[in-house]
Amino acid sequence: MRQNEYSLFYGVDRLTVLIYILLVLMGWGNIYAAVYNEEHSNIFDLSQKYGKQLIWIGSAAIIAFSILLVDTNVYTAFAFVFYALLIISNIIVRFVGRDIKGSHSWFIIGDFRIQPAEFMKFATNLALAKFLSNQNIIVNAQFRLRLKDLLNNYRNTIIALLIIGVPLILIKVLQDETGLAIVLIAFVVVLYREGLSVNFLIFGLLAGILFVVSLVVTQTSTLLIVLGCIAALSLFFVGRQRKNILIVVGVYILAAGVVLGTNQFYNKLEAHQKVRIDVLLGRGTVNLKKEGYNVNQAKIAIGSGGFLGKGYLQGTQTKYDFVPEQDTDFIFCTVGEEWGFVGSTLVIFLELFLILRIIFMAERQRSPFSRIYGYGVASVLFFHLAVNIGMTIGLMPVIGIPLPFFSYGGSSLWSFTILLFIFIKLDAYRLQILR
Amino acid sequence: MNNNNLLSDRKYIVGGFFILIACIYVARLFYIQIIDDKYKLDAQANAFRYITEYPVRGYIYDRNGKLIVFNEASYDLMVTPKETKGCDTMALCEVLQITKEEYLKRIKKASQAPNSPRKQSIFEKQMSAQTYAALQEKLYRFNGFFVQKRTVRKYPRPIAAHLLGYVGEVTKEQAEKNSYYREGDYIGVSGIERSYEEALRGKKGVQIAITDVHNKIVGRYMDGKYDTLAIPGKPLYCTIDVELQAYGEQLMKGKKGAIVAIEPQTGEILCLISAPAYDPNLLVGGKERSRNFTKLYYDSLNLPLLNRALQGQYPPGSTFKLIDALIAQKDEVINRNTVFPCSHGYPPMGGRPKCHSHPAMNLPGSISTSCNSYYSYVFRAIVDQKKYPKFVDGFEHWRTCVKSFGPGTKLGTDLPYDKPGNVPSVKYYNKVFGENRWRSNTVVSLGIGQAELTLVPLQMANVVALIANKGFYYSPHAIKGIGGEKYLDPKFKQKHYAYVQEAAYYDIVHDGMQGCLEGAYSTARTSIIKGITICGKTGTAENPHGKDHAVFSAFAPRQDPKIAIVVFTENAGFGGTWSAPIASLMIEKYLRGKITRPEIEKRMMEADLINSKNLIVERKH
Ligand SMILES: [Zn+2]
Repeated sequence: MRQNEYSLFYGVDRLTVLIYILLVLMGWGNIYAAVYNEEHSNIFDLSQKYGKQLIWIGSAAIIAFSILLVDTNVYTAFAFVFYALLIISNIIVRFVGRDIKGSHSWFIIGDFRIQPAEFMKFATNLALAKFLSNQNIIVNAQFRLRLKDLLNNYRNTIIALLIIGVPLILIKVLQDETGLAIVLIAFVVVLYREGLSVNFLIFGLLAGILFVVSLVVTQTSTLLIVLGCIAALSLFFVGRQRKNILIVVGVYILAAGVVLGTNQFYNKLEAHQKVRIDVLLGRGTVNLKKEGYNVNQAKIAIGSGGFLGKGYLQGTQTKYDFVPEQDTDFIFCTVGEEWGFVGSTLVIFLELFLILRIIFMAERQRSPFSRIYGYGVASVLFFHLAVNIGMTIGLMPVIGIPLPFFSYGGSSLWSFTILLFIFIKLDAYRLQILR
Repeated sequence: MNNNNLLSDRKYIVGGFFILIACIYVARLFYIQIIDDKYKLDAQANAFRYITEYPVRGYIYDRNGKLIVFNEASYDLMVTPKETKGCDTMALCEVLQITKEEYLKRIKKASQAPNSPRKQSIFEKQMSAQTYAALQEKLYRFNGFFVQKRTVRKYPRPIAAHLLGYVGEVTKEQAEKNSYYREGDYIGVSGIERSYEEALRGKKGVQIAITDVHNKIVGRYMDGKYDTLAIPGKPLYCTIDVELQAYGEQLMKGKKGAIVAIEPQTGEILCLISAPAYDPNLLVGGKERSRNFTKLYYDSLNLPLLNRALQGQYPPGSTFKLIDALIAQKDEVINRNTVFPCSHGYPPMGGRPKCHSHPAMNLPGSISTSCNSYYSYVFRAIVDQKKYPKFVDGFEHWRTCVKSFGPGTKLGTDLPYDKPGNVPSVKYYNKVFGENRWRSNTVVSLGIGQAELTLVPLQMANVVALIANKGFYYSPHAIKGIGGEKYLDPKFKQKHYAYVQEAAYYDIVHDGMQGCLEGAYSTARTSIIKGITICGKTGTAENPHGKDHAVFSAFAPRQDPKIAIVVFTENAGFGGTWSAPIASLMIEKYLRGKITRPEIEKRMMEADLINSKNLIVERKH
């Protein structure tokens, strides 16, 4: 059947929408299982979280339809406006927002609560897409040590990094919402796809490895000496020209900076954050009843699921509230316990399939704007997936971010829906306009 | 777009990276969920069980280190109704000897608020040793049930029930107010058990056990890393002399009343007896406890649960005259040689209050003979002093002075539920008679310890201790050491001073009290003990509901008082007949450890004042 060009669903990628609906419904069923109790067993009970989630799902559907109605030009035309408005809201909320559990990140209008930081994701994505689609990003494999060249060659890269970095720092510093801030790092993947120098990535990767190593190795001086030896050895192998010596020394100073900076960073962390890192790295004496409790309980719940799981609503670990926050950030525990290895693998692959589908769709765009935006969606979703599930199985530190479309909560469901459906709309009109 | 073709290969790297991470996660899940045995234990063990380890309640010793309270093991059968699926109900009913209906009733009770089907509650309290043994064997067949070990109180001698108090189950309100307690826990309800609950109870411990689907314990969570050990309760060292206490209780058999003895120079309570008493062993245990409690509670004739020594508010009677004598001397309205007329009663009020036949007396003599007329005059002399032009000010002065001796005030003792007694106020009489419509003569019977004046026996004993100390008392207390250390609350080391401090005034009163036993008009001659100088005072408290109550207050030896005692016998008529001999036997027992007057002892022990009213000799002083 040929679709009418004026139909609401013209060109909409049905597979993507189908997976979206599937994930949302599976999430709902698992929230029901996570907070299930006999007294309120009606899944439509609005006093319970699964009842409320139903309202969130309904409103998310309305948002999705509305987005499909809006002309795609709005997103390109107002990309920077959205971005600026949300940056401003994220500053204002610090001073206007009401204090909820020590966090100043919520606007409260009557009964309605909204967290502007949640919507920073799609605004940053739009701004980044708008900026990158207007330039040709210089792929520069040369490495020169002149500051002028550096600024010239990497001008666009630096601006792109600022588009990502400014909201990230704002949200972290002003609102102390680590999870919502750190998610923006995902856009680095977009930059890579659009030509970010591999040197950056390698450099970032090495710094990351060094960061983890210096967290694990507590003796800073030993680490610095070992790095010094590596530097000396590399000088022995490369020619000892002035330029090479400068590079090696420069890299060594940067590496030492990372090591020392890590120590500073770790010491400046608050106790519970230190503990999260300790839990992840398994260092020190971690009290599993207190600090390591969440992760340990999560692992027990998932581990006890076995191959096929205990069956729907049969999970004892989750049902008896052994796992904290099991309806939001730890929702995956319910999946692991009740559906076992089969169920958890299915959820991971379903999310992964959606992400890969988005990448596939991004690659078929004729306009760079749509492609870049699509990669942004895929990256954000993947970041959530990796961190959220990673923390429940002990591969990532505990950062409170939700599992896309799965976790309980209105703000995150809306935010993911907006993020995704803007792309679906862009994709629907991919053949029409060249932006 | 010029770079796009070059860059588009990067989609494989991005996609590949995503797939790689996802595969690592799936591998990790495969490890956690299928390979790793660490979580296999939990696949079997689907629940933790928190096993409360109850601490041993602290023992209580008497002043000489003799054990008065210890513990005995007891076993409660606990149930978590939600886990009873597959329980061999028939076998369980057989072991406990209950019907299936009873079983279902109890399960229902354990499932309903305030209990919960997911929480453990008591199914059968304090099983007998045989039941426990039989049950232990088959416990694996009783899903959802387990045995909780606890301890209950045990008393080697059936004495001091009122003083020690008893231990009972925590009520819902208490459990809500104090997070330490859960419903079904034990708590000190009265007496020392209540006052020193925190020291006695210790601290509960918790073991986290892992159970399998058959409710069998398969291990300890993290090898007991998070278990806490129970901390046993601290032992208490009581000020009571257990021999004296037992002896007093024996003497009070067949009588209603109270005996309180205090060591004057410390304020330590040597014995605290309320009669009729009950065996404290009756109020321990489960089923028996509530049955016995009900029986004691509804004995309205004898009120055995009432602690008369702390709560029985009686008119002090003639004992009170001692306080009047001291205040009047201090105010210099009388002296040793003051004589007041007496014509078988108080002349200004037409011979009321009445008095018996005796010659005119000076101050010590008036104490010995207990002249009612004399103390009516003394009362008026205090109240109607010239320096108080308004009568009510004089009355207020008298009242303040009296209260400095202890009556009408809480003594700050460490025993719960003590009553303050009552010294009526100006406000009270204004309400009764109307303002300015009463005079000293209207309330003159206050002077002889009657009318609305009431004291509890502990306060009377304290007054005697104060008189023995010549002007001060320590708050009477029953505990002098907690947990091995000789810990004494600082408030018990603090002297409370009475209005009168001059030793000379006390000496005159002591003379009169000594004469009470030894003088020509002695009212308690039978109570003399050779070699021990006793200062005493008989009293008869008018009882509007029946025969008068008999009081005898005394301290001994006069020169170095070691014991101050009050004996109060309800409906026993004159104080010299019953109360005085009992007091003298107690004094002898405490000071000498043996009794030299067995015939008096025998008479006192055999007397049954509750059932045979005829024994009472009608003579009123
Ligand atoms: Zn007289």
